[in-house]
Amino acid sequence: MSTRLAQGGRLIDRQKPLRFTFNGLPMEGYEGDTMAAALLANDRMLVGRSFKYHRPRGIVASGAEEPNALVGLGEGARFEPNQRVTTTELFDGASAISQNHWPSLDFDIGAINARLARFLPAGFYYKMFIHPRPFWKHVYEPFIRQSAGLGRAPKDRDPDRYEQAYGFCDVAVVGGGVAGLAAALAAGRAGKRVWLMEQAAHWGGRAVVDGVTVDGAAAEDWVAAALAELGGMANVRVKARTMAAGLYDHGYLLAYERIADHTPGDGRPRHRLWRIRAGQVIAATGAIERPLAFAGNDVPGVMLASAVRDYAVNWAVSPGDRTVIVTNNDDAYRTALALADAGLVVPAVVDARACVTGALPQAVRDRGIRVLEGRGIAKVKGGKRVTGVAICAQAGEGSVLEEIGCDAVAMSGGWSPVVHLWSHCGGKLAWDEAGAMFRPDPARPPTGADGAAMVVAAGAANGHLQAADCLADAHAAGGGTGAAPTAVTEAEAPLEPVWIMPQGAGPALRAKMWLDYQNDVKVSDVQLAAREGYESVEHTKRYTTLGMATDQGKLSNINGLAVLSEALHQPIPATGTTTFRPPYTPISLAAIAGEAKGELFQPLRRTPMHDWHEAHGAYWEPVGHWRRPYCYQRSGEGIEDAVRREVRNTRNGLGLLDASTLGKIVVKGPDAGRFLDMLYTNMMSTLPVGKCRYGLMCNEQGFLSDDGVVARLSDDTWLCHTTSGGADRIHGWMEDWLQCEWWDWKVYTANLTEQFAQVAVVGPKARAVLEKLGGDIDLSAAALPFMHWAEGTLGGISARVFRISFSGELSYEIAVPAGQGRAFWEQLIAAGEDFGVMPYGTEALHIMRAEKGFIMIGDETDGTVIPQDLGLDWAISKKKADFLGKRGMERTHMTDPNRWKLVGLETPDGSVIPDGAYVPATGVNANGQKNTQGRVTSTYHSPTLDRGIAMALVLNGPDRMGEVLDIPGIDGKVYRAKIVSPVFYDPEGEKQNV
Amino acid sequence: MLILTCPCCGVAAEETELQPGGEAHLKRFGPGSSDDAFEAYMFARANPKGVHFERWRHAYGCGKWFLAARCTATLEVFGTYSAQTKEPPAEIVTKIRAKRPDWAGWSA
Amino acid sequence: MKRYSVFAVAREALRNHQGWDRAWAKADPKPRYDAIVVGAGGHGLASAYYLGRNHGITNVAVIEKGWLGGGNTGRNTTIIRSNYLQDPSAAIYEKSRSLYETLSQDLNYNIMFSPRGVMMLAQTQHEVRGYLRTAHANALQGVATEFIGPERVKELVPIIDTNGPRYPVLGALWQPRAGTARHDAVAWGYARACSAMGMDIIQNCEVTGIRREGGKVTGVETTKGAIGCDRLGIVVAGHSSQLADMAGFRLPIESVALQALVSEPIKPCMDVVVMANTVHGYLSQSDKGEMVIGGGTDGFNNYTQRGSWHHIEETVRALVETFPMLSRLKMLRQWGGIVDMTGDRSPIISKTPVEGVFVNCGWGTGGFKAIPGSGWAMAELMAKGASPLAEEFSMFRFREGKFIDESVAAGVAH
Repeated sequence: MSTRLAQGGRLIDRQKPLRFTFNGLPMEGYEGDTMAAALLANDRMLVGRSFKYHRPRGIVASGAEEPNALVGLGEGARFEPNQRVTTTELFDGASAISQNHWPSLDFDIGAINARLARFLPAGFYYKMFIHPRPFWKHVYEPFIRQSAGLGRAPKDRDPDRYEQAYGFCDVAVVGGGVAGLAAALAAGRAGKRVWLMEQAAHWGGRAVVDGVTVDGAAAEDWVAAALAELGGMANVRVKARTMAAGLYDHGYLLAYERIADHTPGDGRPRHRLWRIRAGQVIAATGAIERPLAFAGNDVPGVMLASAVRDYAVNWAVSPGDRTVIVTNNDDAYRTALALADAGLVVPAVVDARACVTGALPQAVRDRGIRVLEGRGIAKVKGGKRVTGVAICAQAGEGSVLEEIGCDAVAMSGGWSPVVHLWSHCGGKLAWDEAGAMFRPDPARPPTGADGAAMVVAAGAANGHLQAADCLADAHAAGGGTGAAPTAVTEAEAPLEPVWIMPQGAGPALRAKMWLDYQNDVKVSDVQLAAREGYESVEHTKRYTTLGMATDQGKLSNINGLAVLSEALHQPIPATGTTTFRPPYTPISLAAIAGEAKGELFQPLRRTPMHDWHEAHGAYWEPVGHWRRPYCYQRSGEGIEDAVRREVRNTRNGLGLLDASTLGKIVVKGPDAGRFLDMLYTNMMSTLPVGKCRYGLMCNEQGFLSDDGVVARLSDDTWLCHTTSGGADRIHGWMEDWLQCEWWDWKVYTANLTEQFAQVAVVGPKARAVLEKLGGDIDLSAAALPFMHWAEGTLGGISARVFRISFSGELSYEIAVPAGQGRAFWEQLIAAGEDFGVMPYGTEALHIMRAEKGFIMIGDETDGTVIPQDLGLDWAISKKKADFLGKRGMERTHMTDPNRWKLVGLETPDGSVIPDGAYVPATGVNANGQKNTQGRVTSTYHSPTLDRGIAMALVLNGPDRMGEVLDIPGIDGKVYRAKIVSPVFYDPEGEKQNV
Repeated sequence: MLILTCPCCGVAAEETELQPGGEAHLKRFGPGSSDDAFEAYMFARANPKGVHFERWRHAYGCGKWFLAARCTATLEVFGTYSAQTKEPPAEIVTKIRAKRPDWAGWSA
Repeated sequence: MKRYSVFAVAREALRNHQGWDRAWAKADPKPRYDAIVVGAGGHGLASAYYLGRNHGITNVAVIEKGWLGGGNTGRNTTIIRSNYLQDPSAAIYEKSRSLYETLSQDLNYNIMFSPRGVMMLAQTQHEVRGYLRTAHANALQGVATEFIGPERVKELVPIIDTNGPRYPVLGALWQPRAGTARHDAVAWGYARACSAMGMDIIQNCEVTGIRREGGKVTGVETTKGAIGCDRLGIVVAGHSSQLADMAGFRLPIESVALQALVSEPIKPCMDVVVMANTVHGYLSQSDKGEMVIGGGTDGFNNYTQRGSWHHIEETVRALVETFPMLSRLKMLRQWGGIVDMTGDRSPIISKTPVEGVFVNCGWGTGGFKAIPGSGWAMAELMAKGASPLAEEFSMFRFREGKFIDESVAAGVAH
């Protein structure tokens, strides 16, 4: 029976009872409890099932290293699987369910796997389930997936809020034990900007549990005084419940603050992710106790000795009336003393060391507790709960010398420094033979931007397990100048490395010695891996799944690699460790995503007319971070119908397009013309002021990258229009060349895309509506011919009018200051009422340009198309000695006479060829694929012509006019199409020139 | 998560403010250049495991391009300098030599 | 080599598994081999395997600097698909995918190929058109794909939110016979099969030089001594430039970090692979129950096998937005690998300026899926001097500007 003791419990408040449920059973705990402490206080030792064999699993640890005690916490939208009860603060109304069993925790059918364990050794699935082939996907894999997987998946949208924030400091001290506090005090007193963080809700680490005396005071009091002093320093920030999850290059420390996990639904953000830039990180992250590998060490009731002590001292929880302690070191004797202090029975301390003489063992003996020297545990008795242990000689093979009845076992195999932060950015470890542990190698630290060490390990994390050394080390790490805090503890004799117990155990026992409790990896599995040649520590890890559980090997790794080293007859440092990767303990994906969800997922760029579109039925299309109306749906109208209506109305009357997203880049300066001549394939320096010219831009490969109309505004100023998606890219491209290649050219560029709203006023009535608006610009064909621009006022708004057309209609594109955009648009809508004005969207735009045979970047081009492929040779200057892309176009593949070139396709029956269709050629290639001779780049139903039209790139297409092609669609039909000119509408351009 | 100091505006800029731009000090080969030279200009990028000279733009800052000398094996930054430079400044070269005695040196 | 089967496992169970052989033999280098493959990752081991199996060349050593399978083979998100746009890509990836189908049986090692289907979401009109184009191309290439609508997407992946406020799902390119496999097992299975053919797999042996005479390769220098050979295959993603440097030529390669992460394991909730390229993220669930998540690369040269944190945030944001139920799951582990990026983001399987030296590299972010096909083509190239599958992937294509550009459709090359 585990139970609550009548007295004690330094962290609990017995005046504040809390109610919670476990698998529906009501239970009670106290404020200050972890859920683990409260479960134990309610005699709930069995809390889950292991991953592979579905073995009963009990609480084994008291902190972040816990591999077993994971539960599903909360209900409905706040349900969360795999919550570690040892780090879950209890709150009133908490509800937890156990995981990975069916039908119930106590009776789990999956436990049959444990009976079959000998048929399911490490890597068994690599050797089985090979035949018959379809069975893997349909039979074996579903079975394996269902029996693995721990907690059930959440279903709903998360109702909680998550925050992200930045922090900056000179020194980030990680760990709130006495080492962390001493380091923070030293750094804080020296005036450094300090962050001190502790993953738990309470401070002091082990010292406050183990009764250490610091500077003559009880550790508890010293910790309180230290916190008070730190709290009074303006340069120090102190954060509990904040776990340093990972260290990234250049001192980027990620910290995970669990603000409201213990107060769900109180309106505060649940988690906050801190991105801290630290000049230096002091890793005072302590050490983790190691289990011992003996048969049955996974039976619920077998716990870490330090955890047993924590439960007794911190939460007044007894893990059992009779607790046998098994150890290879002196520290575990503190557990015997703590239990004896609590009035509990310790039938024996089983010590693997042959001769035990230290002060702590003596203190235990003085209490009348048996100390068995040179002994080990041959076997733990019990199924879902420890009932006793069989004792053997550690030196032998496991012959039972005696049996001792008990209901708990406290084990200690020594301590491993927590070196994760040291290792995340490449800090190396050294093997400490005396301590039988890996500790940070100060000669090979992780280095920062300046090449100097960016992490200092301090205290137990640096291998200083004794309180006095630990404090001195931490004080020095914090840059302390004066005397370090002094600590008094009992002296400890050296431990003796014990990797399996007894050392001569045979295969049967080794198959019952657990290394990784959650993943069911045993000593025999690691030895099998070694025998089969999986000798690298990474191979062993991956073959056995050792250390791949949710604790990431915090308990199992060192024991596992020691067993591997023994199997390979090599020293432990020759085996090495696996890679430490962030996060230290798992962090919520929600915190990583932060507030960027829903509408805030990405910034949304809105044109000045955005809200008007929204209010008038816009069916939106994302274009980069913009949204543009694809069409404007009227009540009861389908999308296709809306598009057709918009095209017809524009061709026959008047349409308005919000063209504000078009890139507008001003290029100015004495060398601007020369610069644009390099950027565009055609000549821009010769463009007269007042005129517009269509231009193409290529990358250095010669591939077409953007297009648009350029207007010359004045002698030294050009305005370059780019595609909507290309504005930022092209502006960056211009700056790249100006800053990095032609830096002596006198050119200034500005991306004014968002400074102007732009409206395309399109259709036979375009001039009439603008004239109705009134203003000082002569819009007549004579005064403002096609491909000219003018400026003045329209409807009282200052405007620049470009007479350009992407539809083939009479068209004016009018730029007005962005702040006037909406007003200008509404004036046009009002004035246009008499002319039947309608706004049109991007799809109508696309159709009208296709009817005219105008190319669209991204449709006719795809990054591998050169202007010559599109019949745009006329836009490639022959006169210029150089422009970007000219040399690229001279390569053999580009000058190949047999290239796919732009044509139109016309279907005799008027049908619409499917988007993306390819044109097959005869035969197959060397790899058996059907040969192709072209592909459809744009295809639409033309409302104007009332039939399908398409543009395509076809091998030597322009030479093959009139030829008929068969084009198969993925709809199973074959489309017959004739090669025609890509200009389907008004080939003479009469409509746009009126 | 790199921090590079923009030599133009002096800000110690975090990686999220910066846009990487590949190898620095490339010499452009245009029309009239040989196939070899053009291919090398387009594709044959230095890819050392060690000292690398590279271009960055302070894209979400002052907007200026600059150059950096950085170690691709440790991410140590030896220095940043103006993009309007045809070869690495002498003081940066000296600093790198001191820290990386085996370094073969910069060549165009 | 003892065959693996359920009977073998049962037999061994009765004697505590004491009788299993080594999966691959320990080997010290011989003075010379007919062929040496540098790099015992998936691609290198597969190259060696098919040299033996398809071409009868078994006097082969595979030399590995670290532990076999320890590069990108052991740190990728295990997606296998062949729905590529360009013919050369579709050919080699489809060859690869079809080899994966029977690889467990061929190698007598369960690599757990799971043809659960891969779906690439279209979330913009541009992506819809791009995937329609790919679907049409695939039909002519003999790659079975289809373009499906949002309802079918939801049916296949109930946990997806197809009506997100920013990028509603407009459809998807669906390849039902694509899937995943167990990455380590692919390397181990090939290694075991190579070893069974008598090839030497030499781990912890770093190549320090490449010996040449008269423009022809004669062997390599290694930390375990010099080894002679007539043919040398360089298959070392992440360090291709260094090996090319030793052979005296330069590759159009830059090395950058690519990252991935997994959640804690949960019970099965999604049995297909989903890739969302507009928002940059992809997701599958492993047989252990972990949600396996991958994203984009850093933009700067890097050999540290660590990436920058903000990419993880971007990827996780995208996926939490697309799969809201992920929100309360926790990231268990994140890691990075170093990938080779070429000038057109497509691989290189090629002869080189040095006679007898062949290179296989540049798989970028998507090499795992190609392992069997890449090995098949590389072996043919090394054995015969030419391979139809490798033809277009020559390192000399860049000079002509003859790109194999997969980014031209909406796709990315994961």
